[in-house]
Amino acid sequence: MSTEDGTIGAGGTAAPKAGDMATAADGVATTGADGVTAARADGVAAVRCTGLTYSFGRTKAVDGVDLRVEPGEVFGLLGPNGAGKTTTLRSITTLLPVPPGVIEIFGRDAARRKMMVRRLLGYVPQQLSADGGLTGRENVDLFARVFDVSHRERRERVGQALEAVGLAGAADRLAATYSGGMVRLLELAQALVSAPRLLVLDEPTIGLDPIARGNVWDRITEIRSATGMTVLVTTHSMEEADQRCDRLALLHRGKVRALGTPGELKSGLMAHRRETGDGETALPSLEDVFRHVAGGELAGSEDERGEFGDVRRTRRTASRVG
Amino acid sequence: MSAVPAAPRPASAERDSDSLTEQRYGLLLHPPRAHNALRVVPARVVAMCVVELRKLRHDRAELYTRAVQPALWLLIFGQTFSRIKAIPTGNVPYVDFLAPGIIAQSAMFIAIFYGIMIIWERDSGVLTKLLVTPTPRAALVTGKAFAAGVKAVIQGAVVVVIAALLGVALTWNPLRLLAAAVIVVLGSAFFSCLSMTIAGIVLTRDRLMGIGQAITMPLFFASNALYPVAVMPGWLQVISKGNPLSYEVDALRGLLIGTPAHLATDFGVLVLAALAGITAAAALLGRLAR
Repeated sequence: MSTEDGTIGAGGTAAPKAGDMATAADGVATTGADGVTAARADGVAAVRCTGLTYSFGRTKAVDGVDLRVEPGEVFGLLGPNGAGKTTTLRSITTLLPVPPGVIEIFGRDAARRKMMVRRLLGYVPQQLSADGGLTGRENVDLFARVFDVSHRERRERVGQALEAVGLAGAADRLAATYSGGMVRLLELAQALVSAPRLLVLDEPTIGLDPIARGNVWDRITEIRSATGMTVLVTTHSMEEADQRCDRLALLHRGKVRALGTPGELKSGLMAHRRETGDGETALPSLEDVFRHVAGGELAGSEDERGEFGDVRRTRRTASRVG
Repeated sequence: MSAVPAAPRPASAERDSDSLTEQRYGLLLHPPRAHNALRVVPARVVAMCVVELRKLRHDRAELYTRAVQPALWLLIFGQTFSRIKAIPTGNVPYVDFLAPGIIAQSAMFIAIFYGIMIIWERDSGVLTKLLVTPTPRAALVTGKAFAAGVKAVIQGAVVVVIAALLGVALTWNPLRLLAAAVIVVLGSAFFSCLSMTIAGIVLTRDRLMGIGQAITMPLFFASNALYPVAVMPGWLQVISKGNPLSYEVDALRGLLIGTPAHLATDFGVLVLAALAGITAAAALLGRLAR
């Protein structure tokens, strides 16, 4: 899996290997341990990016990214600050304008059929975005309304979303009184109320303590098992990426530098070390892969836009979580 | 990572599991049916107005604190200028003349800082999340604009009560009051869109605060809220003619205290101003999302 420039992975658009859950080889439907129908008979990708490029002024934030996320898998985007993760996510969620034919969500062109694509998405941004002036139930109700849930089923659907994330007991408290972990779960309920096929999470556990982090991920895993939705997540936590993601893409300077299952990435680095006579024989960790791909240098050169904003946003979120 | 099952589960277990899933997640497994395109804007307007009303229900402090300034205008400025009769208002007592102007002013003050809320929503991720819903930007801006209108109407009702306590001879005709509420909503829609448009240009709270403060008082003084247009110098009369606040005040005065007004023109100008504001704010909303 080593490539000539020292990057590792399974190739730009490679499907996951059989044996990992949520495979989609050749469009044959398979069912994972958790009952998720992982691959679809039509072979349509949950997300397909072809040569995604996005520039802010003269700076290329994303430079020719090719990605294919299969239905039902948990796909992680990793990379140092300014690598292009958020820009990629924002392009996929239709927040940034991209030309037609570059991004497809379940076969729908994100540029031509924005409204239809948005109906397939549930999005949890990095910031704690619940409205503290509303109760948990009212926060979810707002998203039920903007997704056209009928009056007849709204109350029940909102109740089910809150139940699914374990917040039914706190539903009528103001969100301002919630802990950071509860706010994240509330945001998850907001995203779930419209029954999305693709759940997009931008650093969902940032600033949370280990118990809250585990709780958020357990809920995500449980809900995904039940609904079969695809999860696209960015994270800085190598541990979470290793344990929770089926496949990963490592971005650096706007390009995909490595792609594959955590196991593939680690064994890829080991093979690379053997080829280069590194001498290190132990199986590398995902953090080693990350360091190998991103290099040891401190990010923040002129061509990495958004560094300051990224860090400020991260710190603000972490401080609000407490 | 999940593992592949060691052995296939029996069909009955699968059925039980499916039924449990359906029971627990039932509606969350099926996406809601999309509204007809014509219903999208009204549905989003209702959603945003409901949010605004719920927030006011949970915390009324803003309603009370915002009532202080209009009360002072009516109580001190209105009563004093009524006594000295410095402003010619015909047969209408000055405090009566002033009351509709103060209703329009307090509504404008609420709306003109709505852009700050949009920037706060951008910073907190709320706006981003709303922009990833099937809501066209114009519908989102319209929803926000009308939500500002609803808040302003509630504020206006507080001012009406204060004015009534001060003995202002306001109409209690429900149709006229309803029409006045429509005028306040339209005026607030325009000013909130003006604010959101500026927010889309300046992008930061600090800059918007400065601009908001810089334009609020000129808009107020360059209108007929405090004095009739006839007493203004010529240049100010020209500015007043282009100021939507003047049309809002004119309509409110006609509806609430029965002075001669150009209701059709006022209504038309306010509708056009609100539409122009929605168009401009929607066009610039994307800048806040980037």
